[in-house]
Formats: sequence, structure tokens, C-alpha cells
Amino acid sequence: MLRVESLTKTYATGDKALNGVSFDVPPGEVVGLIGPSGSGKSTLIRGINRLVEPSSGRVLLNDSDITRLGRSELQRARRRMGMIFQEYALVERLTVMENVLSGRLGYVSFWRSLFRRFPQRDVDKAFALLARVGLTEQTDKRASALSGGQRQRVGIARALEQDPELLLVDEPTASLDPKTARQIMRLICEVCREQALPAIISLHDVLLAKMFVDRIIGLRAGEIVFDGPPAKLDTSILTEIYGEEDWTEIHDDGHEEAHAPELSHEERMAGLT
Amino acid sequence: MPVTTINGHVLWQRRTAAEQWAAWAGWLALAVLFVFCWQVMNKNTMWVFVEDAPRQAADLFARAWPPRWSYLDRLWGPLWDTINIATLGTMLGIVLATPVAFLAARNTTPSAAFIRPAALLVIVASRSINSLIWALLLVAIIGPGLLAGIIAIALRSIGFIGKLLYEAIEEIDETQVEAVSATGASNWQVMDYAVVPQILPAFAGISVFRWDINIRESTILGLVGAGGIGVQLQSSLARLAWAEVTVIFIVILVTVFVSEWVSAKVRAAII
Repeated sequence: MLRVESLTKTYATGDKALNGVSFDVPPGEVVGLIGPSGSGKSTLIRGINRLVEPSSGRVLLNDSDITRLGRSELQRARRRMGMIFQEYALVERLTVMENVLSGRLGYVSFWRSLFRRFPQRDVDKAFALLARVGLTEQTDKRASALSGGQRQRVGIARALEQDPELLLVDEPTASLDPKTARQIMRLICEVCREQALPAIISLHDVLLAKMFVDRIIGLRAGEIVFDGPPAKLDTSILTEIYGEEDWTEIHDDGHEEAHAPELSHEERMAGLT
Repeated sequence: MPVTTINGHVLWQRRTAAEQWAAWAGWLALAVLFVFCWQVMNKNTMWVFVEDAPRQAADLFARAWPPRWSYLDRLWGPLWDTINIATLGTMLGIVLATPVAFLAARNTTPSAAFIRPAALLVIVASRSINSLIWALLLVAIIGPGLLAGIIAIALRSIGFIGKLLYEAIEEIDETQVEAVSATGASNWQVMDYAVVPQILPAFAGISVFRWDINIRESTILGLVGAGGIGVQLQSSLARLAWAEVTVIFIVILVTVFVSEWVSAKVRAAII
């Protein structure tokens, strides 16, 4: 169970990326985080495992306050939070297996990890996860030899190898084609449901969010402006999150029912000039 | 911005008028400097010697040719010493330079305020002094011989390897570092799993490149008594034994050629 309480982040430049964000994520719930670029999606996700240091507020994972932990306690807390990145963030020159096993680094001693002597059950788990994401054949290849979709699968396996209690997922599909994006989203959401694993997934593609997640949180300028089921996402709410646009396609799921505001050519092209 | 409007047309030029005049002035200054330098050079040259040059050169070549191949027998030992000076000096240099590079890189230094400037000072000090001068100092301190040569090569290599390596460390992809630290890894584990794999090709390339340079540098260290083939070169030069000097030059040329070939092969294999 994750609880975020009035989380605020002010960067050194004075920009307020997050402003009093509060929400709960119960076990097994997959939350989609949407909002325009710069609305604080990444900052929120990184604020939870403190890749970005929050300015104020609390993050409670199973009742321990992550924002108050010292260095080594934070390392121990991070073991319980798996993270999946936008550009995969695999170590390109290590093999697929080494990348997946790096999910166990918080659990093994430095010397064991230096000589790659991981406990057999960690290796067993890595093989099982590679089979689950369909990469058994690629175990010994370097990460740099894989395609985008395969790399993101390695990223998923690395996060799950941690035995996490929470998944933090930052734009997992931003570098993928639409078909691979859907496969990756399906994989993440299936795994979460199998293991009753809660997840926070930031997405820039609203359609994709509506297709896969249980609940959507809409951010605008660092504040939550919507929190509810995907079905409730209508024109007025999308306008509140992103601003005025023609939202027909998204909230009708493609069905023709045009009641969107008629925009002139100039208005529709405003962002392009 | 060099955009002007004339008769309703918007024009764009690479430079504004003032910038263009400044560019021409720069070229003019360069031409003036060239003429001045030419005059200085002519003033200090004794043309009688220059007119004599072709005859002198022909005389030198006549005495240097044919090479005295029998001298080769006495070169194998010093050549082996030279290669050892270069190789051991490079290895010692790598061992000393690697920690310095990690202390100097902005993203791995424990303290940007104190330790980083100290590490940079070590690198600059090592780079600013030629290995021949290091050897001169070391021969005075620890006496002539191979050891002085090895340490001279190592001291000069610290700066070269340290600088290139710390730049490689600063250029790594930080998202890979973030990803490994997000798993709960300790600092040393992050170093081992996220930093080292990224700099390994650069590290190997830099080391082999420096070894290749050190082969060349160690051939002359003997001129100041720091061992190697340079000792033979100096004695042959002192005795005006030009036919022996030719043999030494050929041996050095072949050695450098082989070392360049090896270094190119190794670097191609890594990258």
C-alpha cells in the first residue's frame, strides 16, 4: 500500500514541479498518470523512490516514510520498488542476464556481485522471468544487441527480479511503435494483476492509458486535477488537463459522435506554428 | 541577427557588416604576422651554412650508408629494455591514473570542492612535463638505468590516461546509473554495474594508445641515461658512427611500426 501526502518539489531554479500532490494506491491497483509535458509526471514517479529529492511531503510505503530515510535505509527501501524507464536504461554493455540480475544487487554483497556469483535462486528467478517476457533465447546477448521492445522486456524483468512491492513506470512506451507499445503495456498490466502488484505508470498516450489501467490520475502544472476511473475521462476533463482541443476520438474510443467544440483551422494548428 | 529589411524584402546574411569587417581584419592581422615572422627568421639565419646544406647532407648520407648491420647484434638487449620500459611504465601509469581519474570526474568524485582540484592538479602536473625531463630528474634522483626510465614513463602517462579517462567517465549515460541505483544497489555496486561497463572500451583504447606512444618515447630516454636503445644512440652519435646511427633508426622505425599495428589491432578488437 502506497500513500503519497502533499508531495511538493521545487527545483533550484524556482520552478514548482509538484505542488501538494496526495493520493493512495491500494494493493494490486494499476494507476495511469497522464498530463502534458512538464506537468510533473516524471518528477512524481522519481520523487517516490527519491531519484528526485522531494522538497516537502511524505511518501509512505507500507507505513514507512521513505522521505525520512538515511542513505543505507533508502537503498533497502529501493529494493522494494521496481522501476521501468522510458529509454529502457539498461546497461548496454552488460548481457541480458547481468541486467536482470542487477535487480538483486540490493540483496547480495559487493564481492558476490563483483564476481557475478549470485545465489542460485536469484538465477532461477531470472530464468523464469526471462521465459515470462519471452527472452529465453537472448539470455547471453548484450543488451545493445536487442530491439526496443526486447530491451523494455529486459527492463520489466529487471524490475520484477527485485521482488518489488510497487512498480514505478516512467513512460514505458514513449520510444516504441504502437503495436509494441500495446504489447509492453499488456505485459506490465498482466504481471501486476498476477502478482497483485500496485503500479504507477506515467503515459503521454491517453488512449493507451484508457485501454489498460484501473484508475487515472491527471496532472496539470504539478497538481492533481483528475483522479478516477478511465471511463470518467470526458471532453471537459481532458480540456482541464491538457487545454482546449478536439478530444472526440479519445473519449469516444473512435466512435463517431461529434459533439466536440468546432475549432477553426488556426486554433487546431496553433501548436504547430 | 543579420536580418535586414530592404524595400520590403527580408534579407539574411551570415554576418552583420561589423562582423564581416572584423573577419577581414583578422585575416589581415594573420598576413602581417606571417610577414613579420618571415623577417625574424631571415635575420637569424646564416645563409652561408644554408647554401652549403645540400653538400653537407650528401656527405652525411654517404657516411651513414651502408648501415653497419653487424652492429645489430649489440642492439637486441637495449631494444628489449626499451620495450620493457614502455610496457612496465604504461602498466604502472594505468594503476596510478585510474583512481586519479575517478577522483577527478565530476560525477564520481567524493568531493568536488577539495579532492577534484587536487586530482586535476596531479593530471596537469604530469602532463606539463615531458617524459625526457621526468627522466632527467629521475636519473639525478635514483641514478641511471631502467628503473628511472620506467618511472619517468609512468609519471608522464598518469596525466594522459587520467585526463582521457576522467573525460570518458564524465560522458557516461547517467540514466544507466540511475537505473542501477534504483534497484537499491550500493555505491560500489553502482560503480561496478553502471559506470565500469560504460568506460571499459575507452579504458582499453586509451591504455593501448598510451603504450604505443610510450614505445616511441622510451627510445629516446637513453639520451639522458634512463636506459634502453637511446643509450646506444647517444654513444654512436658521440663517436660520429653514422653507419651505426642508421641501424638504430631502422630498428626504432620497425619497432614503432609494429607497436602501431598492435595497438590498432587491439583497439579495433575492443570497439
